[in-house]
Amino acid sequence: MDAPVSPPTPAPPTDPLLVLRGIVKQFPGCLANDHVDLTVGHHEIHALLGENGAGKSTLVKIIYGVMKPDAGTITWDGKNVTIANPAQARALGIGMVFQHFSLFEALTVAENIALGLNNPEDRVGLYDRIVDISTRYGLPLDPKRAVHDLSVGERQRIEIVRCLLQNPKLLIMDEPTSVLTPQEVQKLFGTLRRLAAEGCSILYISHKLEEIRALCERATIMRLGKVTAHCIPAEKTARELAELMISAKLKTQNFGGRAESTQPPRLVLDRLTIRSNQPFGTDLKDISFAVAPGEILGIAGIAGNGQTELMEALSGEIPAGSPKNILLDGIEIGHEGPMARRKLGCCALPEERNGHGAVGGMTLSENGFLSANLRGALQRLGLINRKRTREFAASVIERFDVRTTGPEAEARSLSGGNLQKFLIGREVVQQPGVLILSQPTWGVDAGAAAAIYEALVALAEGGTAIVIISQDLDEILMLCDRIAVIAAGRVSAPVKVKDATIEQIGLLMGGSQHEELAHVPA
Amino acid sequence: MFRLEPRGERSAFWTYGSPVLAVALTILTMGIIFAMMGAPPVTAIETFLISPITSVAGLSALAVRAAPLIMIGVGLAFCYRANVWNIGGDGQFTLGAIAGGGLALFFPNEAFWWFYPLVLVTGILGGMAWAAIVAELKLRFNANEILTSLMLVYIAQLVLVWLVTGPWRDPHGFGFPQSAMFSAEATTPMIISGTSIHLGCLLAPLLAIALWQVMARSVLGFQLRVVGQAPRAARYAGFSNTRLTWIALLVSGGLSGLAGIIEVTGPVGQLTTSITPGYGFTAVIVAFLGRLHPLGVIFAGLLLALSYLGGDAAQINLNLPNAITGIFQGVLLFYLLGADILILYRLKRVRPAAPVMKAS
Repeated sequence: MDAPVSPPTPAPPTDPLLVLRGIVKQFPGCLANDHVDLTVGHHEIHALLGENGAGKSTLVKIIYGVMKPDAGTITWDGKNVTIANPAQARALGIGMVFQHFSLFEALTVAENIALGLNNPEDRVGLYDRIVDISTRYGLPLDPKRAVHDLSVGERQRIEIVRCLLQNPKLLIMDEPTSVLTPQEVQKLFGTLRRLAAEGCSILYISHKLEEIRALCERATIMRLGKVTAHCIPAEKTARELAELMISAKLKTQNFGGRAESTQPPRLVLDRLTIRSNQPFGTDLKDISFAVAPGEILGIAGIAGNGQTELMEALSGEIPAGSPKNILLDGIEIGHEGPMARRKLGCCALPEERNGHGAVGGMTLSENGFLSANLRGALQRLGLINRKRTREFAASVIERFDVRTTGPEAEARSLSGGNLQKFLIGREVVQQPGVLILSQPTWGVDAGAAAAIYEALVALAEGGTAIVIISQDLDEILMLCDRIAVIAAGRVSAPVKVKDATIEQIGLLMGGSQHEELAHVPA
Repeated sequence: MFRLEPRGERSAFWTYGSPVLAVALTILTMGIIFAMMGAPPVTAIETFLISPITSVAGLSALAVRAAPLIMIGVGLAFCYRANVWNIGGDGQFTLGAIAGGGLALFFPNEAFWWFYPLVLVTGILGGMAWAAIVAELKLRFNANEILTSLMLVYIAQLVLVWLVTGPWRDPHGFGFPQSAMFSAEATTPMIISGTSIHLGCLLAPLLAIALWQVMARSVLGFQLRVVGQAPRAARYAGFSNTRLTWIALLVSGGLSGLAGIIEVTGPVGQLTTSITPGYGFTAVIVAFLGRLHPLGVIFAGLLLALSYLGGDAAQINLNLPNAITGIFQGVLLFYLLGADILILYRLKRVRPAAPVMKAS
């Protein structure tokens, strides 16, 4: 990545652009912000760094007027302000690009932008201004295209352009690169540096350390609602930043690199083609790959390229066209539903915990029963064996160090990371022959993620074939033996992780799916 | 000024506190309505809610009224848990009465011991058949079950009117729109002599307890709860939505049908044009007031049965219109749905906000 571009040096204004002092925000059962201080200067790209749950999102919602702080002061351009709502924040000159876009798929780019404007008069000459701004900042965008045709990167540009039309003095970006290819990330950084140079400060929220070191001049690091450090990221190593961010010391463990298996594959996909059951979903086209016992295969890709459909095709929620499309230990299972597949040894866990992998309003015991009733023999004669069900949940809680009051706690009372540990544990304890996971550490803190990785590696060493569908490339590179990329519903031929380069993967993620990973010139 | 603030979790206290609060507010409101109608509020409430159950006859009348409400209500609670909104209990009740009653009318002289059970089973099948139409329309055409089940109520009602004014009219009934009386073999047995308490009054709580056990302990009950709370999780687990929708509707339809056949072969004694004072609709209130829990449904069924008796008493003793029953039920449902917001939200007192800075 490029070294940070030093901003041009006009005489620095006396007051910083934004100063937060002693911000406190209490939620029921959780102190999300505990006397947080933050200063963003003019022309500055400032990183707000922290794990999921550190309180970053709460803090920026306070800055953007979505939430009110319980205590603390906000100073904007030297004046004390109260920001009551986002409209007021925008009027002050604060723009925000959210992690999850709010766009109407059926409308065009220009229509979407027009809807977000405060003042109807701003629509005059909107087309020209969109084209103008998007070319000036290297954000190519055709105002007439319908949003559902656009890639995620292009959708993000709409949100950025929408903010820039208001001439903001501060642009807040919440995890902007989580949905981008490496190439798109580089382009975005160019845009952000340019914006900063022209006088728009940027508050950049992320937990990706290398990005922050490359992009940001100063950083505020948060952990568990408190600021742990203000620093200059370029002066720290990624490891030092990570250690400020997480409580435990990072384990420098590379999980990949198990011996290659010569045994027949446990899971085989043979020309799997499936139509999506969602209106704007992605159809799966001609997917073939095989996973050997003891192997962890990672499927990388940017969100919305068919990951959801692939997950549901593998779990059995969407049956395949022909039984022969999916083989489990040589048995045709393409036509089978989730229960039959689980019985045969193919377990799965989707990325969405609430309401898909788990039922929030049910206890952990009941959530254990949800997927383990057959393999765990938790039912007898149509009745739930409550004792065994409770013991099953208790064993998962104990083995995976799930922080909870016990098997009778409601799933929704657990933090995201703890619930994820429970759910992964629930599948691992069943000793499946094949395990399919989507985003196994999504929204999970580093400690829980490490525990999950260790459990998966141990499972693979026992001869289970594991497929991990993830948008977190680092996770795949660290954990998996082979990697494939899903783009526009097609999956590239898997290659060994140690032979793959970031550039190749990025090209595949960007949609050059006609060429297989191995043939792309490095 | 007050503001509602999300709690972030369900309040255990208000889950059970909200029906109590709703009943209290209903009684208060009814007092005001009584006063506006010119009746002394305290006496009126006493007449409406207490006097009906101060005698053995009153208590047995309460049990007789509560039996169909509990039977239908427990089926609806079962159904609603699975997120299937059958509000056509009255239609399934009517079809149960028609099917079982028809069998009894066609064989007026059967004296086998199993004839009455056969009549009951036929009634259950009648209610199930009516609910099956709703299931088929929902699953095949994605037709909203609230609408279809409601419309089928009116169809059932009209079928009944046609039968008792046409083909099934009692030839010796002086032209009244009613069938012949059922034979002794096809009559609901009394279980306490000297009272009007019949078999249905015993069956209703037993069925409620049975369904409670099914909900709490069986795999089927678990699947229904999952499909109701999180349909995607049910799909992930591999529970068939089609199968569960069928079961939910057949169980609630069957229970409504059973209530219908017991009602006509018991307290009513024949098929007439008015075999139900809206039990199927009142049972919707019963199901919600009982927190969709079979045991709660028993208590709620008794309270709403009391509203029927109270309406009669108020009519006789205070010259108030019988519509009081409907008003009571409506006010109760209104407050119940209103009070339920406290389960997920809390009321917070807020001071008038300080004037906010007006930006550029």
